Amino acid sequence: MSAPSNPLLKVNNIEVIYDHVILVLKGVSLEVEKGSIVSILGANGAGKTTTLKAISNLLRSERGEVTKGSIEYNGADITAKSPADLVMDGVVQVMEGRHCFEHLTVEENLLTGAYTRKGGRSVVNAELEKVYHYFPRLKERRNSQAGYVSGGEQQMVAVGRALMAKPSLILLDEPSMGLAPQLVEEIFEIVRRLNVETGVSFLVAEQNATIALKYAHYGYILENGRVVMDGDATDLANNEDVKEFYLGLGGDGRKSFRDVKHYRRRKRWLA
Amino acid sequence: MEDFVIEFMFFLEVLFSGLLTGTLYSLVALGFVLIFKASGVFNFAQGAMMLFAALSLVGFQEMLGVHWTVAFLLTVVVMILLAWCVEKFVLGKLVNQEPIILFMATIGITFFLDGFGQTLWGSDIKPLDIGLPTGSLDFGGIFVDQLELVAGATAGGLVLGLAIFFNKTKIGRALRAVADDHQAAMSVGISLRNIWIIVWSVAGLVGLVAGIMWGSKLGVQFSLSLLALKALPVLMLGGFTSIPGAIIGGLIIGAGEKLAEIYLGPFVGGAIENWFAYMLAMVFLLFRPQGLFGEKIIERV
Repeated sequence: MSAPSNPLLKVNNIEVIYDHVILVLKGVSLEVEKGSIVSILGANGAGKTTTLKAISNLLRSERGEVTKGSIEYNGADITAKSPADLVMDGVVQVMEGRHCFEHLTVEENLLTGAYTRKGGRSVVNAELEKVYHYFPRLKERRNSQAGYVSGGEQQMVAVGRALMAKPSLILLDEPSMGLAPQLVEEIFEIVRRLNVETGVSFLVAEQNATIALKYAHYGYILENGRVVMDGDATDLANNEDVKEFYLGLGGDGRKSFRDVKHYRRRKRWLA
Repeated sequence: MEDFVIEFMFFLEVLFSGLLTGTLYSLVALGFVLIFKASGVFNFAQGAMMLFAALSLVGFQEMLGVHWTVAFLLTVVVMILLAWCVEKFVLGKLVNQEPIILFMATIGITFFLDGFGQTLWGSDIKPLDIGLPTGSLDFGGIFVDQLELVAGATAGGLVLGLAIFFNKTKIGRALRAVADDHQAAMSVGISLRNIWIIVWSVAGLVGLVAGIMWGSKLGVQFSLSLLALKALPVLMLGGFTSIPGAIIGGLIIGAGEKLAEIYLGPFVGGAIENWFAYMLAMVFLLFRPQGLFGEKIIERV
C-alpha cells in the first residue's frame, strides 16, 4: 500500500497528556484509507486505546487531552469535535470491554445506537434488520437483558450498536478481550464481511497480533506511545522482529535466558 | 360486634390517610429517583428544588396577580432554566468525578437554592391556593381528605407518564442508557449535557408538583425543604432506581408510620411517627439493600 493521497482518517503526530502530567502518546501518526481494515498492535499500555479515544474524543471525559498534532477525517480537522458530533459524522468507537447497557435489552441497546439518526422509525427499523442479518444470534436474544447474554454476544451487541449509527469508520478496541479463540475468529469474520459488503472502514486496536494481522490490510505497531513499525499486514506478519516479539514465533525453538536478554535489548533499540 | 365494626372502620381510615400521605412522600422521592437513575448522582437538592418551585409559584401569583396556571407555566420555565444553570455551572465542570463529589456539589446547590429562593421571594409562610379541594369526603363512614385524594391521583398520573416516557421514547431510552454507562452512551453519540438538562428539568417539574401538593397542605415555608429527609426511607424501601419503587415505598412508609403511631405508639410512649420510617428503612438495608424494586447489580464472574 503506497502512501495514500486522500485517506479517510489521518492522525498527524499527536501527543496525548492525561491529567496535565502523564504523557501517554509521544507523537503518533497513522492513516486509514477508505474501505480498509487497519490494525494497531501493541502490548498493554502501549497507547492503543488512548489513540482510539483521541480520535473519538472520548478522551476528554477521562481528563486526557491532545496537546500536539491534529486529527483529520475526510480532510477536515476533527481534533476538537465532541463525541456526539463525531458519531453524526460517521466515526463511532466500540469500546474495550464491550460496555453494553446492561439493564437494557439487546434490542434496546441496538436502538440506542441509532440515537443520532434522523428519518424516523422506518429508517431505524431497516438498520435494525441489517444488524440482525449480520448477527442472527442477536435476533434470537433480542428481548434478553444485555447484562445476562454471553461475552461473545455482548461484543456483537457493541459492534451492532455502532453499526446502527451508519458509520463510515468504526474504531474497534480489543474485540478479542476475554473471548474464546473460536468466537474471536467469528467476530473478525463478521468484521471482514461488513468491510467488504458495506464498505465501512475499521481501525482495530488488538493485542492478539496473529488474528489482527490475518484480517487487516495494514498495521501499525505501537510501543510506549510511539509507532515503531508499520506496513502491509502480510509484510508485518513475515517480519522477523514482529514474529519474535508479537507473534511468539522464534526462529529455532527455545532460547536460553542470555538470549532473551539480548532480545530485550534489541526490542528497546527498536522502540 | 358493634365495637369491632367501629374499630375496623377506624383502622381503614387510618390506613387510607397513611397511604395518601405516603403518595405525597412518593412525589418527593420521585425527583430523587429520576436524577439518580440518569446520572448516578444522589441529588440532595431535591427538597430545596421543591421549596424553590413552590416559592416561585406563589411569588409569581402574588407579584403578577395572574391565574395559577400562568404562574405554573412561568415556574416550569424557571425550573428548566435552573436545570440549565446546574449543568452549566456545576455538574458540567465535574464530569467523571467521584459520586461523592457530585453529591457534595448538590449539597451546595441546596444551600444556594434555600437562600436564593427566600431572598427573592421572602421567608414568610405563604398560603398556596390553586383551588384544590379541602375538607373530607365521607365514604360510608370512612373520612378521606380530599386534598390527599388529589395528591394520590396526581402521583399516579405522573408515574404513568414517566413510565411511558422512560420505556417508550427515544429520549427515555437514552436516559436509561446514560444511567447504565456514561462512556458507552457518549460513544453512541448521546450528549451527556443535554441528557442532564432534560433530567434535571423533569425532576424540577416533579418537584414543582410535589411543592404544590405540600404547599397546599402546610403552606409554603422553609420546612418544605426538609421533607427531602422523609424521602430517604422511601428510597431505601423502594430502591433508588425504581419509579414504581418510589411510589410503593411511599405508600408503605405513609401507612406504616400512621398505623404504628396509633397501634404501637401507646406502648412506647407515642410520637413514633417521626422515626418509624427511618427504622423501617434500616431494617430494609440489612435484608435487601437494593430496595424492593431496585435494579439488581449485574456482576459477571
